[in-house]
Amino acid sequence: MSSNDVLGRIEGGDLRLVGLTKRFGAFTAVDNLDLTIPQGSFFALLGASGCGKTTTLRMVSGLEDPTAGQIFLGDAEVTDTKPYRRPVNTVFQNYALFPHLDIFENVAFGLRRRGFKSVRPQVEEMLELVELGHLAKRKPNQLSGGQQQRIALARALINQPQVLLLDEPLGALDLKLRRQMQIELKRIQTEVGLTFVHVTHDQEEAMTMADTIAVMNQGRIEQLGSPAELYENPSTTFVANFLGQSNLIPGVVEGVDGGVVTVRAHGRALTLKADRARATSGAVILGVRPEKVQIAGSEDEVPSGFNCLTGTVVDTSFIGVSTQYLVKLASGEEISVFEQNTGRAIQRPGNEVAVYWDPSQGFGLDGTQDIEAGAVLDEEGAA
Amino acid sequence: MTAVADPTAGATQRKPAPPDHKPRRNLTPWILLLPGLLWLTVFFLLPILTSVSASVQTGNYDDGFKLTWHWANYGHAISDYGTQYWHSGLYSTLTTVLCLALGYPVAYFIAFKGGKWKSLLMALVIVPSFTSFLIRTIAWETILADQGPVVHVLRSAHVLGLTEALGWTTGGHVINTPAAVVCGMVYNFLPFTILPLYTSLEKIDPRLLEAGSDLYCSTFTTWRRITLPLSMPGVVGGTLLTFIPAIGDYINAQLLGNPNTGVVGQKIEDLFLRQTSGYPVGSAISVVMMVGTLVLVMSYIRKAGTEDLL
Repeated sequence: MSSNDVLGRIEGGDLRLVGLTKRFGAFTAVDNLDLTIPQGSFFALLGASGCGKTTTLRMVSGLEDPTAGQIFLGDAEVTDTKPYRRPVNTVFQNYALFPHLDIFENVAFGLRRRGFKSVRPQVEEMLELVELGHLAKRKPNQLSGGQQQRIALARALINQPQVLLLDEPLGALDLKLRRQMQIELKRIQTEVGLTFVHVTHDQEEAMTMADTIAVMNQGRIEQLGSPAELYENPSTTFVANFLGQSNLIPGVVEGVDGGVVTVRAHGRALTLKADRARATSGAVILGVRPEKVQIAGSEDEVPSGFNCLTGTVVDTSFIGVSTQYLVKLASGEEISVFEQNTGRAIQRPGNEVAVYWDPSQGFGLDGTQDIEAGAVLDEEGAA
Repeated sequence: MTAVADPTAGATQRKPAPPDHKPRRNLTPWILLLPGLLWLTVFFLLPILTSVSASVQTGNYDDGFKLTWHWANYGHAISDYGTQYWHSGLYSTLTTVLCLALGYPVAYFIAFKGGKWKSLLMALVIVPSFTSFLIRTIAWETILADQGPVVHVLRSAHVLGLTEALGWTTGGHVINTPAAVVCGMVYNFLPFTILPLYTSLEKIDPRLLEAGSDLYCSTFTTWRRITLPLSMPGVVGGTLLTFIPAIGDYINAQLLGNPNTGVVGQKIEDLFLRQTSGYPVGSAISVVMMVGTLVLVMSYIRKAGTEDLL
């Protein structure tokens, strides 16, 4: 059965934000944002708290008025449309279920307000979709967090919005439930085919569910792309640090030859592919993900053509599937290495080692940026 | 070991009980209840019993009263004071409705728009009560005086003609009319309506209102479908706190009314203090009022279904 029978999807078109800006006094929460979210996509706005992602969402829902800019749904401009007239619904962070109504009436709420006479079939079908049909007569406070979350989703979805907004929908759930709900949400989105715009500070959540992620920082979009694109080829140090971990090595470009950039860092020539370098002259930052870096007992063991640095192991943590090393270079900088547990001998702290990686796995960033950007924010966001 | 089985172990665990010590009842809750129970017995239970007993006595202040089970007192109490019952019921109901109509917007505004001024605004609602009830009521004599600005405005706006046609004011006066009585009562009881309303409105999560607006509710529908049902405990609490004292109030009728605005309280006072044999009938009226109010309040609470909201 196609779920379009349930929802009879409206062809609404893309959600477009043009020059969207929101200022609170002197503070600019959202700064001249241009963004197109294709219809039917699962789009995530990812960023630390205070980056403007929730404000963006609230402007789309109409709960916040933009200071400047426009919002379009398909061809229709909705910038000044009252929230209750927008074909957009929100799943609120703390669900905001109506405590005086039972689950059935909570889900039926939107349809009733729009004057639907018979709501029972739709509500029952919706409760079936979130697998909670047996709880229809309960009050919200008799439900667990995960169940409330699903009811909040059903309450919004039943209205067949052109765009469904999810504001940190899984933030209040424990880790295990969150994983389960991530899969559930993705399943439902695929089934109903609506545009989902999902706001989160949890990079793993964004990567699990979204087709496209926009990483936001200080009211602007740092980078937009598929999860793999963002992870493999970050465009700024903020994205490199915020999305997973990165080893960032500052250096200076020595030359570009045949699609290969050579960077001098730590007294060695390190190479990367030109098409993965955001800057090809002057100061650059060479980045490589810890799981792409391998470790060897001495430089002699490093295969030719690999980038190589030497240092001393300062920390080893064996965590079963992998071993995480922290290797201190002569300059004092630390390189982190995740080595899969393939049975190789474990290097102990104090060992002199060589770390190496395939040049095609590195990426290059503009060297004028703050190398720490996004690294500390992650903790704050997770709190 | 007894110490393990002892249900009060938690309270006594600092000092291990001697092995032969019998498990004893914890008396603390009872001791804590005692002052309250004593107070209620002396100042609530006993007076009610005295009233009920007095209502079936006969006699006068000179010869004393005897318990003669004279039920005819109730006959008089119910049939001879119809006008006063009507007035008490009418004025208190009107007061309650007007207090709700005036108090709800005030409480709503303070709860949702008060921001950092919330506490100050609520203090402003309550502060007038620091002045004596009597003085504030007498002040209304001045406010509603024939030469005062209020009456002047009402007269030039031709409002008095309308109220006169309805029998609420007479001869171009406001003072010493039913309208003045209700004004005084609304003024005096308004804070009792606002306080519980504010408490229940303030508890409402503003995100629920956002959710309403997200789910196709205009501002009014949001109020009607979400705010109002969630503030029902406050509505019920506020109206009860207004209605119950208002139906027994006679100060406003006495100071701001006229001989034709008599309420039950005035009659009871008159029977108690100024008629030598009025004590039993006065008591009977009191009992009738108590039972009547109780029945009204009970059916009201049942109808409002507040137990479902708590």
